[in-house]
Amino acid sequence: MSHLLHTFPGGLHLPGNKDMSTGTALTEAPIPKRLIIPLQQHIGAPAKPVVEVGDSVLKGQVLAQPEGYVSAPIHASSSGTVIAIEDHPVPHPSGLTAPCIVIETDGEDRWIEHGGNPDYTNLDPSDLRNLIRDAGIVGLGGAGFPAFIKLNPGARTELDTLIINGAECEPYISCDDMLMREHADQVILGARIMRHALHAKQCMIGIEDNKPEAIAAIGEALDNLDEKGIELVVVPTRYPTGGEKQLIKVLTGKEVPAQGLPIDIGIVCHNVATAASVFRAVDQGEPLIQRIVTVTGHGAAHPKNLIVRIGSPIKDVLQAAGGDNGVPYDLIMGGPMMGFTLTGDELPTTKTTNCLLLATQKDAAEKGPVRPCIRCGECAQVCPALLLPQQLYWHARAKDFDKAQDYNLFDCIECGCCAYVCPSNLPLVQYYRFAKTEIWSQEREKKAADKARERHEFRQFRIEREKAEKAARHKSRAKAVKKDSADSDKKAAIQAAMERAKAKREATEVQPKNTENLTEAQKKQIAEAEARRNDPKTQSAGQASEDKE
Amino acid sequence: MLEAILALTALAVAFGLLLGFASVRFKVESDPIVDKVDAILPQTQCGQCGFAGCRPYAEAIASGEADINRCPPGGETVILALSDLLGVDAKPLDDEVGEEKLKEVAIIDEKTCIGCTLCIQACPVDAILGAAKQMHTIIESECTGCELCVEPCPVDCISMHTVKEDLNNWKWPYPEAGEKKA
Repeated sequence: MSHLLHTFPGGLHLPGNKDMSTGTALTEAPIPKRLIIPLQQHIGAPAKPVVEVGDSVLKGQVLAQPEGYVSAPIHASSSGTVIAIEDHPVPHPSGLTAPCIVIETDGEDRWIEHGGNPDYTNLDPSDLRNLIRDAGIVGLGGAGFPAFIKLNPGARTELDTLIINGAECEPYISCDDMLMREHADQVILGARIMRHALHAKQCMIGIEDNKPEAIAAIGEALDNLDEKGIELVVVPTRYPTGGEKQLIKVLTGKEVPAQGLPIDIGIVCHNVATAASVFRAVDQGEPLIQRIVTVTGHGAAHPKNLIVRIGSPIKDVLQAAGGDNGVPYDLIMGGPMMGFTLTGDELPTTKTTNCLLLATQKDAAEKGPVRPCIRCGECAQVCPALLLPQQLYWHARAKDFDKAQDYNLFDCIECGCCAYVCPSNLPLVQYYRFAKTEIWSQEREKKAADKARERHEFRQFRIEREKAEKAARHKSRAKAVKKDSADSDKKAAIQAAMERAKAKREATEVQPKNTENLTEAQKKQIAEAEARRNDPKTQSAGQASEDKE
Repeated sequence: MLEAILALTALAVAFGLLLGFASVRFKVESDPIVDKVDAILPQTQCGQCGFAGCRPYAEAIASGEADINRCPPGGETVILALSDLLGVDAKPLDDEVGEEKLKEVAIIDEKTCIGCTLCIQACPVDAILGAAKQMHTIIESECTGCELCVEPCPVDCISMHTVKEDLNNWKWPYPEAGEKKA
């Protein structure tokens, strides 16, 4: 435990409020009557349904297959009947609807036939990745990036470090804490599998020091499993240590390059819950159909952590946790810093629903009125990405997106530290999010315009080419006609030759063939006869005599 | 006196040669301003500006024949970008060319389509698939929403639909509301 720790710039010490929900043990939420399973619960392309309305499905059955590389399959989280494949509101800051598969559960919770590969060390890393992909595992820390992609070292043969992220820095959230307390062995075994897939030289589990129970449990599990290759590192509690780049900095002292990925510096970082689901997928063949959700906040009657089937309506999850306590609250998915307000409790839980925060006035201290920026510089001091939040704010506000990008807008992790300390109560992160999505949209439009230009130019080129080809065809036909007239002389000559030949043949034909090899007397006789025949006076007589013959 | 004249003449000749060489050596094939203007235009190829496509309009802007506010699909964004590029004042969209609206795509009612190919001939970006007496369909991802196919259709089976907002093209709103509320 004598690991040399580093620090990242900025950050905040926030009131944790995690004890609220860690008092009671993990319990399983009951099977809801209806499961609403969105087709897109991950970064990348939505999955494509492979079931139809009316099909009966078993727990763990594939409902939708991934489309493209960056995508993940979706599985049924309980047995029942597919009653609809339709648009349904999903938990998303936009409040939009998205295609979902709705299952009416039968309460039997019958599993599809499944089996694991406990002997995973014999598997090729690429087979392991396929297993993990087929299990639909995505990053459970919040972003939902398909996990198998982050288990691919790419062109590298091996990797420096695999970091298992158990920091869980955001206030209120305690799902990773409870997972480590109660299923530490799954986390360790999952980390082992990930390490095998990545060929990582070393492996570390980073946990913030405000979770002593989790630290003890992980330490114990490491001893029990006699695992010497995985190092448990306790890191000081400071928001946002749980950010991938921040945790990497704290544990290794290395900095992920601007707009780069950890893999660029030989590091891969996975969440503890992702590790545990990788273990269940590989060892038992269980796809990702459940996750731990924290229900907390001063609006919750009994804040606690629940094992929830993915697709369970939020209403049912809240009910399973004991409902609210009557105090008016805002329903937030995620934590108070990075979460977003939900439009209602009819929405389903997804693979990335880590926390449902029933935030009363006690939780979200009333922010004063928004005042102009006074350029105090507080925001720059707390920014963990070493950005200049007020510059970003000015440029985003003025919609000067080029300038915002010059100030590295895309290195912002939207942790909310700047907005938290802002004395003018500016909604800074909202400006950055606005600018980011606006820039993406402009890039999409630019791409579409470039494609349209290319297609338009090709069409014009094609029309020109067709015209030219037509003209060329006309020309060649005209030439052919001309050629005909030029040929007529030749034809006439041939005709004449043929006629000459015919005449000659006819001329030779009148000579009888039996006049050769005759004696002079006979020739004379014939000549006389011919002379008689050609003589008009004797013609009739001769003809008569000939006839007689 | 003579030396001065000679020196200046020599300089003039030297620079003349240099400039002459440069104009041949660094000759630019097409007008770079036209390319820059064309890069800003949305490439809808709708012809609402009165020119036969985006490039001809770009050429007209570059030569000063057309104003910068004649592109309805580009709207305010394009006008601002053009005014920035050309150093002229931005002005609102010219009323006579139409008004800015959300991005649309054309959709063919395939039951009504008679397969006349008129729309295929009208589409500036080859986004319509079909053949004579065969049903036609629009490749949505290639459609620029120019509406040029709507009019030629003899059975009125093409209609324009606003592109639906989904999780992947949704944009965070400008946070003005938050500021006002407070």
